[in-house]
Amino acid sequence: MAKTDFGPPDYRELIPPVIKENYGKWDYHAVPSPGVLKHVSDNGAVMHSVRVASPRLVSSEFILNISDIADKYCDGYLRFTTRNNVEFLVSDEKKLQPLIDELKDKGYMLGGIGNGISNVVHTQGWIHCKSAVTDASGLVKNMMDELYEYFTGEIKAPARLRLAVACCVNMCGACHCSDIAIVGIHRTVPTIDHELASRICEIPRTIASCPTGAIRPNPKLKSIEINADRCMMCGNCVAVCPALKIMDPVNDGVSIWVGGKLSNARTKPMFSRLAIPYIPNNPPRWPEVTAAVKNLVQVWAANAKQDERMGEWIERIGWERFFQLSGLEFTDKHLDDFTHATTTFRSTTQFKY
Amino acid sequence: MNDGKTPLLDELEKGKWPSFVTEMKKAAKKKPIAAALLDQVEASYKERIGHWKPGGIVGVRGYGGGVVGRYSDAPERFPAAKEFHTFRVNQPAGFFYTTKKLRELVEVWEKYGSGLYNMHGSTGDIILLGSNTKNVQPCFDALSEIGFDLGGSGGVMRTIGCCVGAARCEKACIDSMEITRDLTMHYQNEIHRPAFPYKFKIKVSACSNDCAAASARSDLAIIGTWRDTLKIDPKAVAEYVDGGFDIVERVVRKCPTEALDWDAGKKELKINASECVRCMHCINVMPKALHVGKNRGATLLIGGKAPVVRGAMIGWVLVPFIKMESPFTELKDVIGRLIDWWAEKGRHRERIGELIERVGLAKALKAVGLKPLPQMISAPRTNPYIFWNKEEVTDNG
Repeated sequence: MAKTDFGPPDYRELIPPVIKENYGKWDYHAVPSPGVLKHVSDNGAVMHSVRVASPRLVSSEFILNISDIADKYCDGYLRFTTRNNVEFLVSDEKKLQPLIDELKDKGYMLGGIGNGISNVVHTQGWIHCKSAVTDASGLVKNMMDELYEYFTGEIKAPARLRLAVACCVNMCGACHCSDIAIVGIHRTVPTIDHELASRICEIPRTIASCPTGAIRPNPKLKSIEINADRCMMCGNCVAVCPALKIMDPVNDGVSIWVGGKLSNARTKPMFSRLAIPYIPNNPPRWPEVTAAVKNLVQVWAANAKQDERMGEWIERIGWERFFQLSGLEFTDKHLDDFTHATTTFRSTTQFKY
Repeated sequence: MNDGKTPLLDELEKGKWPSFVTEMKKAAKKKPIAAALLDQVEASYKERIGHWKPGGIVGVRGYGGGVVGRYSDAPERFPAAKEFHTFRVNQPAGFFYTTKKLRELVEVWEKYGSGLYNMHGSTGDIILLGSNTKNVQPCFDALSEIGFDLGGSGGVMRTIGCCVGAARCEKACIDSMEITRDLTMHYQNEIHRPAFPYKFKIKVSACSNDCAAASARSDLAIIGTWRDTLKIDPKAVAEYVDGGFDIVERVVRKCPTEALDWDAGKKELKINASECVRCMHCINVMPKALHVGKNRGATLLIGGKAPVVRGAMIGWVLVPFIKMESPFTELKDVIGRLIDWWAEKGRHRERIGELIERVGLAKALKAVGLKPLPQMISAPRTNPYIFWNKEEVTDNG
């Protein structure tokens, strides 16, 4: 039997010597060119990191290719970032420019540092998830084909803008706290295969799984009923009972959320809020989604002050001004009716027109 | 059967951003299982619906999770993707690799799987996408040989993740990678064998910029901070200003508590230390001149999660400041008491934040043995419906 419970490879055996020697002693960093970080330690040691975009879903060939490059310029050391970028770790400054040249030659995209748009945190989508309403990788590819100049630094942005995509409301990405988030949503109530439900569903557990109390037993069929008026399409029951189906290729689609952040800089962390309740799935290019996101990025970039995140900008100008500037329609779908609802209603006579 | 043509996905090989379709095609050239995936995803693009079935349990000996069963809902159309299981492989802290280690991983996955990976999944694991059932155990055996263990799935402590921290960041207030490594080794049983009402995530960010998204994406967020005064290098400050940096607009006016003042005559940045809330904005924009303080530790936040099912949450302050020195005994003590309480009181699929929402923060604090502090709240209660303990009132018959 194979060894178990030995844990992941120890990072102490995977970090380059320059990090070992300067661990916890870094003094400051600079960004000498887009995609390049220069870290300087207390004792003057220097390490460069060169950041390139990755599609996150990668082949063996991709991993072997970046490994070849890291062998050539980085003594075999590299890392990934929390936003799915690849970083080449350069200890020998003489190798920095040749590395950058080779990366550019081979078509890698350098960037993703500082103010602008870094890589997109996203979920599996149709590639691998059982509950995917849309394809996360496809949406990311489309958005970044349009917005890559904010990654490479060719277009400057006032602050960081974090993009995230989740292929269903489970939101396995950081969607609820991203500057702009795309979330796959359902708009129709689950259907029930009563015969299957009577055989394989744990009825009480399915009933208990509903956060709005929309599910009641159907003793005649040894199954359940769903009160459509109370169902908010969260999908929790579908995860508990396999006899329930919620996928609806005609009505499923995506929603767009804005203004979330997690950094504590200046202002406290913020939730993302609904901007656009529904756009139909339109693969492979999702032109309506891409256009909507690009509009949001551009309106923010044109109006925000230096260092002002999307949510901070909206907080300063007010939501009514946000909807006006972005040209988005405000609808009944924007009114919260769940657990956070009353924290979102306004209790003042202060507003703008 | 599909004809192997993918006109819709082919569209996504155009454009500047690196293409996941190109990656899938590279794998598809070598592996029928990856070619079948390509066909199935093309069908999803055409039909606007996913083709993976819910559920299906597969696993490896000795573990209760770490491999997620995945089956095509149309095996007759995509036979080679009939079984397409996922390995969650616990990543090294900070996502650091040597090329030697990566090549070993590639060798195993080329032998037993699709040759497709997520570097990395949302929780942090290396995700190996697509193995048939027969290969699951041999693949794990081979991974084990090269020193890669599985991460968590199901009602377990999930794989722990962190930012790069002290390894390469001057803002690190705690050693996020060492904390992650230490906790991961300490909780191997909790990670590998489901015993909890639902998932329990821990993430570690070494400063309040929270690059690991800990406060939103983990039930227990460990976020580095400090207690004393941030460090100012007056010479470096002057250099920024002499270089044309607008210190009043970019720093002084952006300070959320008006704790900073710029004396233009003396070229001096002054801080009213007791008013500083350590938001890090000034440090972020003047990394050469300003540094985090010396008395460092962490803030613990509890309850962060995505919407399922009571709504999205950002973690709430549980411990405003805790020292973080190896072997992190005090931290492990807090985690142990939290988990014991939740495992006992939590309902099926109820995250710890939802349990706190249901029964109240006061009960959670009592269970963990923590004193309520004003740093834990944005404001005290507004309603008069207060729970009093028996011992707090006089017995009046």
